[in-house]
Amino acid sequence: MKAYDIVIIGGGPAGLAAAISAKKAGIESILILERDQELGGILNQCIHNGFGLHIFQEELTGPEYADRYIRQVKALNIEYQLNTMVMEISRDKLVTVMNREEGLFQIQAKAVVLAMGCRERSRGALNIPGFRPAGIFSAGTAQRLVNREGYLPGREVVILGSGDIGLIMARRMTLEGAKVKVVAELMPYSGGLKRNIVQCLDDFGIPLKLSHTVVDIKGKKRLESVTLARVDEKGKPVLGTEEEYSCDTLLLSVGLIPENELSVSMGVEMDSVTSGPRVNESLETSIPGVFACGNVLHVHDLVDFVSEEAALAGKCAALHVLRKEDEGKLAEIFPEEKENIRLVAGEGIRYTVPAVINIGRMEEELKVRFRVGSVYKNAFITVYFDEEEVFRKKKLILAPGEMEEVELTKEKLEEFPRLSQIILRIEEK
Amino acid sequence: MFDYDVIIIGAGVCGTAIARELSRYQVRIGVLEKEEDVCCGTSKANSAIIHAGFDAPEGSLMAKLNVRGNEMMDKLSRDLDFPFKRNGSLVLCLNEEDRPKLETLYERGIANGVKELKILERDEVLKLEENLSDEVSAALHAPTGGIVCPFQMNIAFAENAHANGVEFYFDTEVENIEKLEEGFAIKTKSRTFKAKYVVNAAGVHADRLHNMVSTRTLRITPRKGEYCLLDKAAGKLVSRTIFSLPGRFGKGVLVTPTIHGNLLMGPTATDISDKEGTNTTREGLEEVLKKTAKSVKNIPVKQIITSFAGLRAHEEGREFIIEEAEDARGFIDCAGIQSPGLSSCPAIGEMVAQLLKEKMQLKEKESFIFTRTGMLNPKDLSLEERNRLIRENPAYGTIVCRCEMVTEGEIVDAITRPLGARSLDGVKRRTRAGMGRCQSGFCSPRTMEILAERLDIHKPEVTKMGAGSELILGTNKDTLEDKE
Repeated sequence: MKAYDIVIIGGGPAGLAAAISAKKAGIESILILERDQELGGILNQCIHNGFGLHIFQEELTGPEYADRYIRQVKALNIEYQLNTMVMEISRDKLVTVMNREEGLFQIQAKAVVLAMGCRERSRGALNIPGFRPAGIFSAGTAQRLVNREGYLPGREVVILGSGDIGLIMARRMTLEGAKVKVVAELMPYSGGLKRNIVQCLDDFGIPLKLSHTVVDIKGKKRLESVTLARVDEKGKPVLGTEEEYSCDTLLLSVGLIPENELSVSMGVEMDSVTSGPRVNESLETSIPGVFACGNVLHVHDLVDFVSEEAALAGKCAALHVLRKEDEGKLAEIFPEEKENIRLVAGEGIRYTVPAVINIGRMEEELKVRFRVGSVYKNAFITVYFDEEEVFRKKKLILAPGEMEEVELTKEKLEEFPRLSQIILRIEEK
Repeated sequence: MFDYDVIIIGAGVCGTAIARELSRYQVRIGVLEKEEDVCCGTSKANSAIIHAGFDAPEGSLMAKLNVRGNEMMDKLSRDLDFPFKRNGSLVLCLNEEDRPKLETLYERGIANGVKELKILERDEVLKLEENLSDEVSAALHAPTGGIVCPFQMNIAFAENAHANGVEFYFDTEVENIEKLEEGFAIKTKSRTFKAKYVVNAAGVHADRLHNMVSTRTLRITPRKGEYCLLDKAAGKLVSRTIFSLPGRFGKGVLVTPTIHGNLLMGPTATDISDKEGTNTTREGLEEVLKKTAKSVKNIPVKQIITSFAGLRAHEEGREFIIEEAEDARGFIDCAGIQSPGLSSCPAIGEMVAQLLKEKMQLKEKESFIFTRTGMLNPKDLSLEERNRLIRENPAYGTIVCRCEMVTEGEIVDAITRPLGARSLDGVKRRTRAGMGRCQSGFCSPRTMEILAERLDIHKPEVTKMGAGSELILGTNKDTLEDKE
């Protein structure tokens, strides 16, 4: 049987960054398993620019961004296998995989990094009524057809959902010669980045209808029209507000779901808000030695933060292996095992990643990433150590579509030896 | 001068079950189907249940054929290699006042010849199924109830009929039927077929065909049933098919595991006029959720992956019409096949074949092939067998549909086998590629590529479900070039 110190599930941006960082932390035996025919994951179809502003301080396209990491993986001689599907991972990190050349086989890992990314929510998840003709695509599927294959799925387009892929595809379809009639968003605010609303919709005169949804789909063979209606505060369509748009294509950009079937089947504890694994400060899941990063952990807006997060997961996976190898070293790396401190998503906060912190294991600084539950103007992000406020920062605007972060330092945490929980809240004054 | 001895109109479960049974005999059979594939109408959108047989009135044809069809299912599923399981069914009584209705069902079942029926008390019921409503006071347990893959059953009938010489014509809608001195002339867009006998198995359209040759008109009303399908993660919520008694809240809807491990809920029942009106509605889907919540607790509605609607061919007499038209001898109706049509179809096949055998004095073939081997499912193989398969054909080592773990080899098989898939939906019904939680988001571009390769067409010609449902409408910037 093959054996590796670290097996990384997925060769997208998260998997690549995790591999590079694990290698730099001193692990030689690393294998990336990628189901597609090339490394880079979904970045390969994201041909628009805007990637890399944080990490490289320049604007790259998706494939360019991926290429920077792929080059490093190759330069560091990190092994990877393409066209290889992970079928199962056992609790003791026995990874069952399949490909054309070797059939079904198993790989024993000392540590596993979960980096499978996410998938798009489908029409069914919203239970949108109507017919089921050709012409209804998730935005990402359309993106693949257009950007990688040069095919236009349709000419007259309505988009439901203002997630970033939907916004990006509104612009792309327009540039490729289609007419995007409208983007409808169920919520009273967009789920995408502000910059994408401006650059993808406003610049092209594409209307965005907030608090609207699709209430009917017509066309038996190919899509003929969709009917939009305004929704009330509870998300229910308001009778009499229906407007029918003739179109041949409906793109859905109604949310991303971390692809955690492997994680769940191996018994990793999940977070019901993120639909990703619950992790600690080392991005380690409830199964020791199994780490998670990127969109499989929680859905990100920007790949730069995926890479940053994945680098931490890779490094921690490396430390896990090193610790196993030499229990003595452990004392050095983790001088004292302390109690876990819970991170609590307080008022206005949907979730935090990580969900628990062990000061003994944390690095000097730790970024806590989170999303807010609705739109806030001139509100404060606050952090409390038990009862005591330790951080307060004013933000002009906070929106669910933009991931936020606060930084915790080990130094500050050590000032609170009896700390039991850290609470994040949004306060309006 | 006749193209065929018998022409069967409709390649749903009934048409193909009849074709398969009739292909035992020395007789030339053609099947005309207006869609591009088998299993495109009522047969593809239903509860996928093999009813035990306690619903239909005692002495009715429905009752007889349901019970007979149910009995035939074990052997048939083995012979024809399609998935079937007797998971049993429970009709819940949620209100003591309704108990007499449960007892009526029990007695009717006994009279219909349903075996192993038993009324269970609350505690016994909850021991079998822990996620049922707290209101349960008793239930009718029918261990012989089952679940089936209606697509695969339909495809199995068709493939086996084809192997026994039946010829299929797809995209062949019947425009008119004329009764001749002897036999019938069946006009379609492309050609006119002549046959001595016609079997009308056209589902919701059976009335239109019948009325072309008979003055004793039939009227079929499409009765829409809407369903929600949940992710496999929810598939173990119940292990039996859970019906509720028709009670204060009208006709009950069911909650059932599917043979593939999903959870299915529905159907509603609304009479409509459009015979192709398979659209779901907001009201319908809400009704499904509301009613199922009364019988089963904690249904994870967030895990719905798709919803769909099917049309039952409802005829006013509420009875199957399986007989020769009185004023059009040689024209055999198989009409009004509403629920329990799927359960009854093997018996309907037998009955119609018997009827024609007697009329036509048919002799059995010596070489009837009664078995059919379904598509190879690598998941059923041992590790060694699977690795051998991949060595022989590496396409079985590449996963195309990651949700349902369908390999390229299976998709190629679905397309290239006799009566193979010609569309994305055809591949889906045969392999389940695209039927999982992402609903074909990831696999459809690759499946389209394989379809184009194997059918030797261009990718933009690939359809979802036949002509008019093309998935790609152009190439990038093609309209912009036109303007220049």
